Amino acid sequence: MGSITLNKVSKVFGEAKVIPSIDLEINDGEFVVFVGPSGCGKSTLLRLIAGLEDVSGGKIMIDGKDVTQAAPAARGLAMVFQSYALYPHMSVRKNIAFPLKMARMEQSAIDRKVEAAAKVLNLTDYLERRPSQLSGGQRQRVAIGRAIVREPSAFLFDEPLSNLDAALRGTMRLEISDLHNQLKTTMIYVTHDQVEAMTMADKIVVLNRGNIEQVGSPLELYRSPRNLFVAGFIGSPRMNFVDGAYAQSKNAKTAGIRPEHLGLSKDNGTWRGIVKVAEHLGADTFLHLDVDGIGPITARCDGEFGAYHGDTVYMTPDESKLHRFDEKGLAIKG
Amino acid sequence: MATQNTKTLARLMMAPSVLLLLVWMIVPLAMTLWFSFQNYNLLDPSNVSFTGLFNYQFFYTDRAFFQSIWNTLVIVGGVLLITVIGGIAIALLLDQPIFGQGIVRILIISPFFVMPPVAALIWKNMIMHPGYGVLADINKFFGFQPVDWFARYPLFSIVLIVAWQWLPFATLILLTALQSLDGEQKEAAEMDGANFFNRFIYLVLPHLARAITVVILIQTIFLLGVYAEILVTTNGGPGYASTNLAFLIYRTALLGYDVGGASAGGIIAVVLANIVAFFLMRAVGKNLDR
Repeated sequence: MGSITLNKVSKVFGEAKVIPSIDLEINDGEFVVFVGPSGCGKSTLLRLIAGLEDVSGGKIMIDGKDVTQAAPAARGLAMVFQSYALYPHMSVRKNIAFPLKMARMEQSAIDRKVEAAAKVLNLTDYLERRPSQLSGGQRQRVAIGRAIVREPSAFLFDEPLSNLDAALRGTMRLEISDLHNQLKTTMIYVTHDQVEAMTMADKIVVLNRGNIEQVGSPLELYRSPRNLFVAGFIGSPRMNFVDGAYAQSKNAKTAGIRPEHLGLSKDNGTWRGIVKVAEHLGADTFLHLDVDGIGPITARCDGEFGAYHGDTVYMTPDESKLHRFDEKGLAIKG
Repeated sequence: MATQNTKTLARLMMAPSVLLLLVWMIVPLAMTLWFSFQNYNLLDPSNVSFTGLFNYQFFYTDRAFFQSIWNTLVIVGGVLLITVIGGIAIALLLDQPIFGQGIVRILIISPFFVMPPVAALIWKNMIMHPGYGVLADINKFFGFQPVDWFARYPLFSIVLIVAWQWLPFATLILLTALQSLDGEQKEAAEMDGANFFNRFIYLVLPHLARAITVVILIQTIFLLGVYAEILVTTNGGPGYASTNLAFLIYRTALLGYDVGGASAGGIIAVVLANIVAFFLMRAVGKNLDR
């Protein structure tokens, strides 16, 4: 079990209101990702749930029980830290066993659980090593192992992959998703990387300046962002925003069109642009264009399209995939 | 600093200082060794002769010698015990966010800046004096007899004074080590259900191991030769109750005018220091290589 409810939770550091007021419902077994730019309060929110910070107002409930004042260890949560926070003078075995030892579990039971966790995480050969003798990915797995032996009601991940290189990050992303499918335990995952959010989450919570901008599944956020911020944050490369005459012709203050929803042609189209930079990724090519009367536009096209710096390219926005926003930056429905 | 060229150059550049240090060390040591085999008394300087091991035998048969070795070890051990335990306790307190942190830290550090004879005089005349010391006043306030510290507990008094001087040093080193402890590790331990006591035993103490080793090694070097505090307060007495090896050498050389005997004592002190260093490195040295 691991359902978490936040009720008007707020956090103030001195004068700074980091989190004005947040209501959020996390269901049992969900993989929830908090995503947002740096300083948006996502880590603070996680630490409030963990109990590492005191809330300034509001209530936190886990499985229907009010834990707002409870000590971190009493909440039944396990956390994986950005720096892994392994105990450097203990072997991998002792690191993983530490929470069980603190819970005064029997030594034989501890050994059994540590062996089982090590097997799941492919750490069996490394149990007697010190953390300093492990690679980044292995340390990450030890930190996860220390979390899973406690059999917590929910896992909290604080930007766990940001210290790894790109290739390893991809692998660990899969491993964590796989782990979630095996354990079916609630997981809350904090990241600033929208790719991690999109690929792993059941539910994404987009945060900006301590406020929730939108909550939804990855595809919901992609298809119908509620406002300009979410529209710009989710999706890569980011959505093009067009103001002025074109937007007005669509009855909006701002029109948004994703790079992949622009039809490209070398002969004719609605907009005419000149290629500034072409990024060839192989399967895809990202074109950064300068469009007459509109400004810079990013377009995504097939890798074989064949456009280079200085070429002229015509674009036609897919009207059915067009996003419209009003003066307040909110999406216009329909 | 990897190529053959830079290595040779580095050796060449270091040579003068290494040579100077070597001469600085070897010459006095050789002279001391030489004098320790001589019958050389300043009261009769014209009559200097070779006496073989007589000076060593003289020391070895002197009851004060063994007492002074014991006193040396008691001072080193006692001061280390007080400063390491007290240093950890104070460092833990200073690591907390408190009002007026800067001022408190300076106050804590200040005893280290007081010169040893001055510190000893303050303790002797203002704190431990049976007539007008603070401790005597406290005793009188509660209706007890004032204690004549230097007459009744001479060695303990010396240990107390020296520990007071070295406590700031230990505190400072341990505090910096404490501040370098990763905050996320503390939080992880907190989430793992470790209470304050467990966090101290399993996280803080292992983290401090290296700093404690440094404190012990550096302090031992200085504590083996405690001298000024003894001279100013008890003058080694009553009897030989608070005489350590360094003070015994001083007594032999400058009160007994026996240069040969004092030199033999000096050589014995060097040997003792090396024995202590050997056991110390075996006990705590492994904390340094990690």
